[in-house]
Amino acid sequence: MLIETRPYKKTHLGISLGLTVFYSSAVVVIPLLGLFFHSLGIGVSGILEVFSDERIRSALFLSFSVGFFSALINLFVGFLFAWVLVRYNFPFKKLLDTLIDLPFTLPTAVAGIALTTIYSQNGIIGSYFDQWGIKIAYTPIGIVIALVFIGFPFVVRTVQPVIEELPKELEESARCLGATPFQTFYKVLLPELWPSLLAGTGMAFARSIGEYGSVVFISGNIPGKTEILPLLIVTKLEQYEYEKATSIALVMLLTSFVFMFLINLLQERASKKLS
Amino acid sequence: MKINTLISKIKPGISAILCIFLSLGTLSSLTAESTFLHVSFDPTRELYEEINKAFLKEWKAKKGNEFAIQQSHGGSGKQARAVIDGLDADVVSLALSYDIDSISTKSGLIDANWQKKLPNNSVPYYSTIVFLVRKSNPKKIKDWDDIVKPGVSIITPNPKTSGGARWNYLAAYGFAKRKYKSDEKATEFVKALFKNTSVLDTGARGSTTTFVQRGIGDVLITWENEAKLSLDEEKRSGKNTLEVVYPSESIKAETPVAVVTKTATEKGNLEKATSYLEFLYTKEGQSIIAKHFFRPTEATVTKASAKEFPNIKLFSLSDLGETWDSAQKKHFADAGVFDAIYKTK
Repeated sequence: MLIETRPYKKTHLGISLGLTVFYSSAVVVIPLLGLFFHSLGIGVSGILEVFSDERIRSALFLSFSVGFFSALINLFVGFLFAWVLVRYNFPFKKLLDTLIDLPFTLPTAVAGIALTTIYSQNGIIGSYFDQWGIKIAYTPIGIVIALVFIGFPFVVRTVQPVIEELPKELEESARCLGATPFQTFYKVLLPELWPSLLAGTGMAFARSIGEYGSVVFISGNIPGKTEILPLLIVTKLEQYEYEKATSIALVMLLTSFVFMFLINLLQERASKKLS
Repeated sequence: MKINTLISKIKPGISAILCIFLSLGTLSSLTAESTFLHVSFDPTRELYEEINKAFLKEWKAKKGNEFAIQQSHGGSGKQARAVIDGLDADVVSLALSYDIDSISTKSGLIDANWQKKLPNNSVPYYSTIVFLVRKSNPKKIKDWDDIVKPGVSIITPNPKTSGGARWNYLAAYGFAKRKYKSDEKATEFVKALFKNTSVLDTGARGSTTTFVQRGIGDVLITWENEAKLSLDEEKRSGKNTLEVVYPSESIKAETPVAVVTKTATEKGNLEKATSYLEFLYTKEGQSIIAKHFFRPTEATVTKASAKEFPNIKLFSLSDLGETWDSAQKKHFADAGVFDAIYKTK
C-alpha cells in the first residue's frame, strides 16, 4: 500500500488562532494575571518584606533544594527505566509500563499517605532504616522520596520515545569503528538523548517545587526544618492574608519560570549541536 | 467502502457534538443541584450524616415534603474561605467562632450578630482537648505538666493551618497561665510544648493518623471526640493499644453554627436553614450529638450522657481574658507567639 505523505495545509488561521487565544487566556493567562495583580496589592516592598521572614526563606531554600535533588535522582532513575523498557523484554513489561503513569493519575495525597506508611519508623522500609538510626519520614529525605515518586513519569515519558527512535545503525557503526560500549553511550547516544532528558528533568523539577499533597504528609511540617513553600501559602490563606499568599506564589512562579526558561535554552543548544 | 469514508468524515463532528452535550450536561447538573448546602469542618462528617437523616424525617412529618442536604467537609479555615469566595452554603458549622466571624466581616453573607441568634451563643455542642497515649501510659502522662518534660514526643497539628490545633495550643497556654498566673510563664510553657513536638500535621485528622496508624509520638493532643472515635475504632477492629488521659484542666472548645443569611435567603432556604440549626438543640439532635462524642448542651441529655463525658474543670477563652480576635492576633498571626517559638529555636 502506498502511503502518501504531504505536509498539512496550514490554513484556517482564524479558528486555530481563536482557539489558542481563548484556551491559553481562559486557562493560563487570566488566572496568572489575577495572581499577579493580587500580590501587587502590597507592592514590591511588601513582597520583599514577606521574604525577609527567616521561616519563609528557609522554606524557599528547602523547596528548591529538595526539588533539585529529586529531579537529579529522577534524571538517572527515569533514564534507566526508559532504557530498560525500550531495549529489553521481560515478563509483565506492559504492566510495568502502565504502572509508571500511576503518579500522574493518583491523587498525590494518596501517594503521600502511602509513602508515609511505608517509610515511617514502624513502616516496612522505615523500620529497617530505623535500626541504623536513619529516619526517613518527617525529614527532608522523606520529602525527596515523595518528590521522586511524583516527578518520575515526567523523565520516563519524555525520554522513552526518543530512545525508541534511536536508529540501530548508530550504535552498530560506532561499535564497528571500534568504540567501547561506554564510548558509544557517552559520545554517540547521550548527545541524542540529552535534550529530552533535560526537558523531562526540568518538568519534574518544576512540578516538585509546587507539590503539596504528597509532601505535607511525609514532611512533618516543622518550621525551619521540613516546612515547604506551598504549605506557607496555605498558612497565609488560613490567616486570610491573600496578598502575602499570592506573593509567595508569585515568587515561586517566577523562579520556576526562570528555571524552565534556562532549561529550554540548554535544550535548544543541545539539539542545535546535534544538527 | 463508501459508508466507511462517510463515517470517518462525520466522526469528528459527532464526537465534537457529543463533547459539547456532555460538558453542558455536567455544567447544568452542577448548577441545578445546588439545593441545600451545609459547610462544616472535618470531624463532624459522621455526626451530620446522622443529623441530616433525623432532621429530614422530622421535616417531612411536619411539612410533608423532602429535600436533599449536601454536606461539605474540610479544614475549618479552608471552608470559611470557600464560603467567602462564593461557595453557596446555607448553613455553616465550624471549629472556631473566629472563622464564622471572618465570613461575616469579609463577605457580609452572615449577619454580624449571628452569635445572638441561637441559644448558648450559637454553640449547640462543644468539646474539649484531651490526651491520647499508648496503652498503660508508659511515659506516665497525667497532666499538661507531664508532656512538656524532656524526652516526651508530642503530636499536635499546626495552629497555622488547623482550627483544632489552635484549641490545643490555647488549652496548654490557658492551663499554664492559670497555674503560674503569668503570660511569660505561659509562653515558656507552649515553647517547651512545641520543642517536644515531632510532627506538625496540617489538620487534626492527619495528626490522629500519625499517632495511631504510624505509631509516632508518646502523646497526641486532640479533641475529646476525636480521641473517643479512635478508641471506638480500635475496639471495633479488636485492638487495644490506646488510652485517653484527661488533664486536670482543659479548654472548653466551642464549635459554633450559623445560618448564611444572605445565601439562604437568595436560595429561598431561610426557613429550612433556621429549623435545621434549631433541630441541633432539640433532645433528638442533642442525643445524636452525644452519640458522636461531642458534649451536648441541653440539660437532660447532658445528664443522661454524663458517664461518657468525665466532669473535668473547663475554662473558656473569655476566662483567659481573650476573644478569638485577640487570641488570633497575639498567638497565631505573623510574628505572633507561635512564630516566635520557632524563630528562637
